[in-house]
Amino acid sequence: MTTTYPFEAGAPQKEFQSVGTGAIRVDGLDKISGAAQFVDDIDFGPGLLHAAIVESPHAYARILSIDTSKAEEAPGVVRVVTGKDFPYKFGMYMEDRYIFAQDNVRFVGEQVAGVIARSHRAAVQAAKLIEVEYEVLKPLFDPKEAVAEGADLIHPDLADYTHVPWFFPKANTNIAHWRKIRKGDTEKAFAEADFVLEDTYRVPRYAHCAIEPHVTVSRLDHANRLTIWAASQSPHTQRHLFAEALAPLGFTHKDVRVITPYVGGGFGGKAGVSMEILGAAMATLVKGHPVKLRWTREQEFYNTYQRQGVVAELKIGVMNDGTITAVEHKLYWDAGAYVEYGANVVNAAGLSATGPYRVPNITNDSICIYTNLPPGGPYRGFGYSEFHFGLESHMDRIAEAIGMDAVEFRKKNAIVEGDELSYGAHMNPSGLIEAIDKVAAAIDWGVEEKSDNPNTVMGKGVACFWKAPAMPPNASSASFLKFNEDGSINIAVSGMELGQGYLTVMAQIASEILTVPVDKIRVETPDTDRNPYEWQTVASHVTWSSGLAVENAAIEARAKIFEVIHQAYGYEDDSLYLEDETVHCTTDPEFAKPLREFVIDGIQTDDGTWRGGPIVASGKFMPEFTNSNSDPETGQGGHPNVHYTVGTCGVVLEIDKDTGRVWVRKAALAVDAGRAINPDLVKGQIVGGLVQGLATVLYEDMRFDENGKMLNPNFTDYKIPTAFDIPDEIIPIIVEVPQPDGPFGARGVGEHTMIAAAPVIANAVYNALGTRIKSMPVTQEKIAMSLGRLLEEE
Amino acid sequence: MELTIKVNGERWDIEAAPADVLLDVLREKIGVKSPKIGCERGDCGSCTILLDGKTVRSCLVLAVEVDGQEITTIEGIGFDKLSELQNLLLRNNAFQCGFCAPGIVLSATELLNDNPNPSRHDVQEALAGNLCRCTGYEPIIEAVLAARGDAE
Repeated sequence: MTTTYPFEAGAPQKEFQSVGTGAIRVDGLDKISGAAQFVDDIDFGPGLLHAAIVESPHAYARILSIDTSKAEEAPGVVRVVTGKDFPYKFGMYMEDRYIFAQDNVRFVGEQVAGVIARSHRAAVQAAKLIEVEYEVLKPLFDPKEAVAEGADLIHPDLADYTHVPWFFPKANTNIAHWRKIRKGDTEKAFAEADFVLEDTYRVPRYAHCAIEPHVTVSRLDHANRLTIWAASQSPHTQRHLFAEALAPLGFTHKDVRVITPYVGGGFGGKAGVSMEILGAAMATLVKGHPVKLRWTREQEFYNTYQRQGVVAELKIGVMNDGTITAVEHKLYWDAGAYVEYGANVVNAAGLSATGPYRVPNITNDSICIYTNLPPGGPYRGFGYSEFHFGLESHMDRIAEAIGMDAVEFRKKNAIVEGDELSYGAHMNPSGLIEAIDKVAAAIDWGVEEKSDNPNTVMGKGVACFWKAPAMPPNASSASFLKFNEDGSINIAVSGMELGQGYLTVMAQIASEILTVPVDKIRVETPDTDRNPYEWQTVASHVTWSSGLAVENAAIEARAKIFEVIHQAYGYEDDSLYLEDETVHCTTDPEFAKPLREFVIDGIQTDDGTWRGGPIVASGKFMPEFTNSNSDPETGQGGHPNVHYTVGTCGVVLEIDKDTGRVWVRKAALAVDAGRAINPDLVKGQIVGGLVQGLATVLYEDMRFDENGKMLNPNFTDYKIPTAFDIPDEIIPIIVEVPQPDGPFGARGVGEHTMIAAAPVIANAVYNALGTRIKSMPVTQEKIAMSLGRLLEEE
Repeated sequence: MELTIKVNGERWDIEAAPADVLLDVLREKIGVKSPKIGCERGDCGSCTILLDGKTVRSCLVLAVEVDGQEITTIEGIGFDKLSELQNLLLRNNAFQCGFCAPGIVLSATELLNDNPNPSRHDVQEALAGNLCRCTGYEPIIEAVLAARGDAE
């Protein structure tokens, strides 16, 4: 497949060699041969110590005393740790956590103490000997209760917490942040609307379920260098937060080094800092020893980030012709015990809770509410999956009520380039209408499906989605690029290969510019000592942002290559071009100088001296057009989001009328990638993300008991899909309306592919059965029970 | 206890306590790191190995149970050159994070050894004990189906 690159003004249109191809992953051989090394696979020798954590059994309690004496005497124990050892706060966007609990615990599973021992078994055994006395307090689990007048405070000192300037905590409440959007005159618009629909949707919590549990090894060496090996999406952010939190111990950024090998799945769960700070802190007490802390599968569920729950109160007004005139979306987030990262999920949702539609009058309230459940945080979709469930359910219901086709209704209101966004900036180029049309065609929208089986019925549904990266306005990326003697290239970046194919895409971008094939480019996972800065691998932004940093490095390298040729031979730089790893000249067709002949050793001139030297380059990217200076009461005036990626999903499903069992017979998902640098990898994101989204609506069902203890923290009881639990057919559709500022026009797609899954199932279930389920998940059990109710009503 | 096992064709004489789990012994005493620790209760399949040619969850097997037996991990499958299945998985960009890959390759290898022409349903059944959170399984299933009839 070849395409052209139209963005270099005046440059000749050129056929792509690498961009747009399904290049084989640069990490493919590592992963298919068993060579891929994850943190837990690294050997640390006989000095390695193991850590275990003592956790709170209470959702809210005051710590009265901790007796560690028995644990200290247990065989194999090297050191016992409590909150007294580290009275330091940390947090990504808001410093509301301590490394270990200090006076209070705020969720079941919170870390109270730790044991470092010579073996994993000894650490676990000794942790059981630590006696903690608590005064149990009354916990709050329901966000609406926590936000009610007179509710007990989970964080009485909230007003004193340090936070980013775009958060607005409310002192003496449980509201950690309240993102408001006020645009137009919603009240008037509802009064004048031909039809208004108002309802409440509920979305529970979810777990990431990366198959690799969180694991970290930390070592303070005898030169006071703190090195942390972590299964992480965020090496530089982790270094920054470790250096800040541990600054009282004398650490600065240069003393802290984070090394992140391959990660066994992230999905947001390994973004920011969670359990890694426990290992880093504990290692400072046993100088010279690496300390390993690995979460069990159970801890993976209840003491990393969880996806937050939300109660969504939604009101939409429309005219009879289908024009949406007003949206009021109130999102009450169950954000958990600590919101240092999760409050930004709330913020992102509040900015975008209209969905991908043109809406003149908007009232959004996205409210981040402390509860005594595990800390909420980033999860693929970052708040958008949550509010799209209600929003896209509502879209279908309104279309039906006003007698309009659900696809036509969406197309009529679909946001297009230049439309004003909720915060006053304007929409980027995007292909939403194309995505809707292609999905509708793929599932034969408008054609009724009939089941051959008298016990089953068929249903069809569609749902649209959008999402912008949620980042600080100055989140940036950098890259180093160096040539080797044979003309091969090493690229150093600090984005993480989470499986999405980031390393491969970076290689393809450099390959396209420098005409060096992808299999001659090595891109590896980062080490903060060696690799240049990257904010984090989250927000589906690294193809775009880190891709631009790599593009810039490759362009700089190319300029340096041409400069060497100019010095050696006198050809003008603007007459030179690269083709097949060779420099050519438009003014001298005979000239051809292969890169491998000079990119290290330079070029010898007629007098015997040399020109050139090793070709090295760097690149950076920061979105210099964004700001977070919006008005706190209206959300107007800022430019918090860089751009949106849009798309559409459609399904055909079959439901057993007796048991409620759902089979997804066909699913189509179209996403506007701007430019698919590697269409194979984009399809991988479509299929994988869709299945992960379908799991949240069809299978996964997190349960807590009345004391806030998670009841199903394992894969037996919290069901994620097996190879049997996937649609019979998935049709991935790539739309390419270029992002003008993206590398070759690309924008991110990683998170977006799971956002529409829940409402598309709810809509198709309604289409099949006439049953509208307004709370996730839409499990077999819930469908069967709803069928039962229908029968009773009859 | 002293035991003798073969791991990817190499003989190992090792000491193991009665409570030592085979997965830990493989990773810590023998240094074969491809079987992964994912759940430690037999749910996820990341620790899958071939024991005398049959898949087992090595987190559910005690080391002392396998005295005299032969273990194959993914390193053994592709030791000299990648198997046809591995090649097809590689070319189809079938894996993403790769954490589940060693277990899935072994489960699929066992299937193709037992049944060189499996149906899609057979492949789904053979892989149903190996959880993958990234791929939605589809590209893996496609690659296994493409390996039909080519398995050794």
